[in-house]
Amino acid sequence: MLQDKDRIFTNLYGQHDWRLKGAMSRGIYSGLKDMIGRGRDAIIDDVKASNLRGRGGAGFPTGLKWSFMPKDSGMPQYLVVNADESEPGTCKDREILRYDPHRLLEGMLLAGFAMGANTGYIYIRGEFFNEASNIQVAIDEAYDAGMIGKNACKSGWDFDIHLHRGAGAYICGEETALLESLEGKKGQPRLKPPFPAGCGLYGCPTTVNNVETIAVVPEILRRGVDWWTGLGPENNKGTKVFCISGHVNKPCNVEEEMGIPLRELIEKHAGGVRGGWDNLLTVIPGGSSVPCLPFDTCCEINMDFDSLRAVKSGLGTAAVIVMDKSTDIIQAIARLSHFYMHESCGQCTPCREGTGWMWRVLERMAKGDATVDEIDMLLDVTYQIEGHTICALGDAAAWPVQGLIKNFRHVIEERIAGAQRAAAE
Amino acid sequence: MIVTSRPALETGNFQLTGERRELADKIKLRYPEDRVASAIIPLLDLAQRENDGWLSKEAIDFVAQETGSASIRVYEVASFYTMFNLKPVGKHFIQVCRTTPCWLRGSDELTNKVKSKLGIEIGETTEDGEFTLIEVECLGACCNAPMVQINDDYFEDLTPEHLDKLLDDLKAGHDVSIGSQSGRIGSAPEGGPQTLLETKG
Repeated sequence: MLQDKDRIFTNLYGQHDWRLKGAMSRGIYSGLKDMIGRGRDAIIDDVKASNLRGRGGAGFPTGLKWSFMPKDSGMPQYLVVNADESEPGTCKDREILRYDPHRLLEGMLLAGFAMGANTGYIYIRGEFFNEASNIQVAIDEAYDAGMIGKNACKSGWDFDIHLHRGAGAYICGEETALLESLEGKKGQPRLKPPFPAGCGLYGCPTTVNNVETIAVVPEILRRGVDWWTGLGPENNKGTKVFCISGHVNKPCNVEEEMGIPLRELIEKHAGGVRGGWDNLLTVIPGGSSVPCLPFDTCCEINMDFDSLRAVKSGLGTAAVIVMDKSTDIIQAIARLSHFYMHESCGQCTPCREGTGWMWRVLERMAKGDATVDEIDMLLDVTYQIEGHTICALGDAAAWPVQGLIKNFRHVIEERIAGAQRAAAE
Repeated sequence: MIVTSRPALETGNFQLTGERRELADKIKLRYPEDRVASAIIPLLDLAQRENDGWLSKEAIDFVAQETGSASIRVYEVASFYTMFNLKPVGKHFIQVCRTTPCWLRGSDELTNKVKSKLGIEIGETTEDGEFTLIEVECLGACCNAPMVQINDDYFEDLTPEHLDKLLDDLKAGHDVSIGSQSGRIGSAPEGGPQTLLETKG
């Protein structure tokens, strides 16, 4: 189990003062001037060496992403923080935003400097009103104390941070949809390429990073790359905030070491599965977009990007949704399909039409009002959606359904058979 | 590029007042001078607050004028994002999270409680204009499920009984405490944190 001394988010539960004074007493903003003094390349090299992978779900190497930003574009360059946390099961960034906002601002200054951005925007989901209020207070405090703005932290680097509230759209967590939204438009993803590092916000070089990704950077630089790489398995280094929800005795957020066994995570931190481990039906290990795991896999899987990918699921946002044996798994996935139907931006036909089609079929299947060959038809439709849309929402909508059919086909078949028996009687 | 001229919009008497007007001017300064359209979403939010929780045509036209945008560009934004209401809502806008993590922990019971207590269906407003009920997708407080958002605030770790009392208190104008209704500290496990015990504030 990760020791407290290795935890970055020491105010994860909001027990301490989140404002500037409290933040500084937790070491935030200390040594920042010297870190910036080492220069852009040194910071990016450290982040690369740390093997930090993006915490927003895709796990892309952060240092590499930053290195895509041009050195002398002659244009304004932007850092945009993706605080549009909306992936079902995920509620970690919210804790950082409301209880540790200065950690984010500090990380933004470092990241902005490293990638040559003088302006940073925090795009926060509109529903996080109180969290946004805290962020705004923190921004105002940081300006007043000279931590950001002109000659931020006396580093010689000018860096402005602005808050931008969204207005309710999961799709704005997709980075190009987020940029569209930030420009005042409907949040419909852009075609890539061009990638944001070349042509992002207002057509200028832009990097979009998740809240947690940015917030851990200062501590990696402060404590040293060796400290960070001493945690977690190869290629999956460091700590991670896990969100454990659903049928556990004590749902919670907790910062743990990457690669912690799923069972240990649930039993040590979340009070175990309701009714005991053997009452476990399945776990969605990384937010609603990744396929659920069969029981046997849950018993032995480690929570990191590569381990979960090897079992054809994913770490995603590390949002662990636990379901016990009382769960109607068809209905649980149908709910997710409803989510994707509601959140599809409507731009691509396979997603716009397919998400609704999948939901309607799953609703019927939950009642047993279907035929057995429709299961394969449903599976086929998921493949028609997957990979055929501009952004990954189509894939994200397809995978939970594929996970359902792969792991629980027998449940659907039994439901259909049961309904047919009942109708015959 | 073809630039077409368009007639000035009739925004009626709609205006932002007081602090909202000041905030709108501040928000516009967050974006480059020639990118004021970026302020459309935040300004729509302010206009909705000014207009008792929904966006009338006048309010939308006002935002178009403020941002130098065609009205249709603002209207399509207003209709795209779920937090913008295009028809009036009650004083207390109840949004029950319905997505799987909340559903696993009993969100249906919350919705049913509101329905039976207030005698309204999803999407309806009580006759006295106090409450509107809708179901929404994941609000990002899954470790404190089930939860509802009422206006700007989250109410978490709810039971139907909590919600019953909460609605009574809101209607009576009593103070209510936001966040966890079962006394949890943030998203720490019930009974208190098991980690961060050695860390000082």
